[in-house]
Amino acid sequence: MFSGFDFDVIQRSLPYLFREGMTFTLTLTALAMTGGIVFGTLLAMMRLSKFTPLAVIAGGYVNLMRSLPLVLVIFWFYFLVPWIGGWLTGAQQTIQVGAFWSSVITFTMFEAAYYCEIMRAGIQSISRGQVSAGYALGLDYWQMMGYIVLPQAFRNMLPVLLTQTIILFQDTSLVYVISATDFLGAAAKVANRDYRLVEMYLFAAVVYFAISLAASHYVKTLQTRLAVVR
Amino acid sequence: MKYNWNWGIFLQPAADAAGTWLAYLLGGLVWTLATALAAWAIALAFGTAVGTLRTTPNRWVARVCAAYVEIFRNVPLLVQMFLWFFVLPELLPVSWGEAVKQMPPPWASFAPAVLSLGFYTSVRVAEQVRAGIQSLPRGQMMAGTALGLTRAQAYCHVILPMTFRIILPPLTSEFLNCIKNSSVALTIGLLELTGRARAMQEFTCQVFEAFAAATVIYLLANIVIVFGMRRLEKRVQVPGLISAGGAPQAGH
Repeated sequence: MFSGFDFDVIQRSLPYLFREGMTFTLTLTALAMTGGIVFGTLLAMMRLSKFTPLAVIAGGYVNLMRSLPLVLVIFWFYFLVPWIGGWLTGAQQTIQVGAFWSSVITFTMFEAAYYCEIMRAGIQSISRGQVSAGYALGLDYWQMMGYIVLPQAFRNMLPVLLTQTIILFQDTSLVYVISATDFLGAAAKVANRDYRLVEMYLFAAVVYFAISLAASHYVKTLQTRLAVVR
Repeated sequence: MKYNWNWGIFLQPAADAAGTWLAYLLGGLVWTLATALAAWAIALAFGTAVGTLRTTPNRWVARVCAAYVEIFRNVPLLVQMFLWFFVLPELLPVSWGEAVKQMPPPWASFAPAVLSLGFYTSVRVAEQVRAGIQSLPRGQMMAGTALGLTRAQAYCHVILPMTFRIILPPLTSEFLNCIKNSSVALTIGLLELTGRARAMQEFTCQVFEAFAAATVIYLLANIVIVFGMRRLEKRVQVPGLISAGGAPQAGH
């Protein structure tokens, strides 16, 4: 079955696949994770706010993002960002942002909705008494959140946040639809150039599998470690 | 920098001349739902089987099922779709591979889309089923076997009916995910809703109208399904149990 295979094509394209493709994928994952968690936490704080308009806006945003397919959101931002950029800078033409920054913005905005729901559960897992105790000590809202609630919420939710990041890592493969050269995009380009679809796609699957599996095992050990300490 | 809005575009004849652009997009919704429903059938069947088998005492069976879950969970859906679409026909015996490649247009991408989405979703269903079974008290299985049921009978008549009543809310969101994920099939040429919005955008250059329409259609479909499922969930809810969405989970 594997006799007609040309495994050499993988070896030949390794530098391209990893130096170009995997770098894109990992940078995108890291930036979107950081941005998504920060924005997601702010959204969660808004959703839990007593000031209703804030809660409604945040809730609407999160529910909108969570009801749309990621592919559609990628298209939206890919076409929307140049217009918004042009509008913000007051330029005469639309601003060309390129596939990379367009994907960073897309994934940050999209994943923030999912991180928000995780952080919301995390914040709600902290007992009310701690919030009251913080206020009783004279802390203001930001100090109370920053020193008391959020550190514990992060700690409780760390495994779920990381699992979501693994999903984010897998989802970055969808930038294929805007022809960005992420790991899968690079593999697809080599596959189509050399007409070696079978080898390249199998190899891509193996690489994604190995990274995700290793990461999810790490999350599992982390989960037991956190659980024991507490 | 001025965008030419043209909302009337939806009533103009579409490129395929069979109707308006609106009808074209709604046709896309039909393909989206068809893909999602067919994939959901696979997901429920395999997911229930694998999830149940993981709770049986046989360690080898549990290990095989765990491997199944890891494989389909740790490879991105898009890559899985490429494997079914591009790679599988090459690995089949030559005559079969040729037959697969010569399927008429929508089916050639519909079949791999359904298979990949079905198996991808089955893993999530399996995890829900397993969690549901494990959330039941051990006494249920014991009571079943004490009444003279075999293990298989106890699963069929006692454990699984209870499990499905408990896990219906998370299954609803998995089904919604299944609908959303079917949009990935546009990469292998299936013209479902997102694919058609994209095609409309390329043909008419009305970017924002096309994607806005797709967005609204997705939202409406979402709302209808959520309302329907909430009613069903209320009817089958187990009295005395707090109907919870369960612990927060990562996912789409």
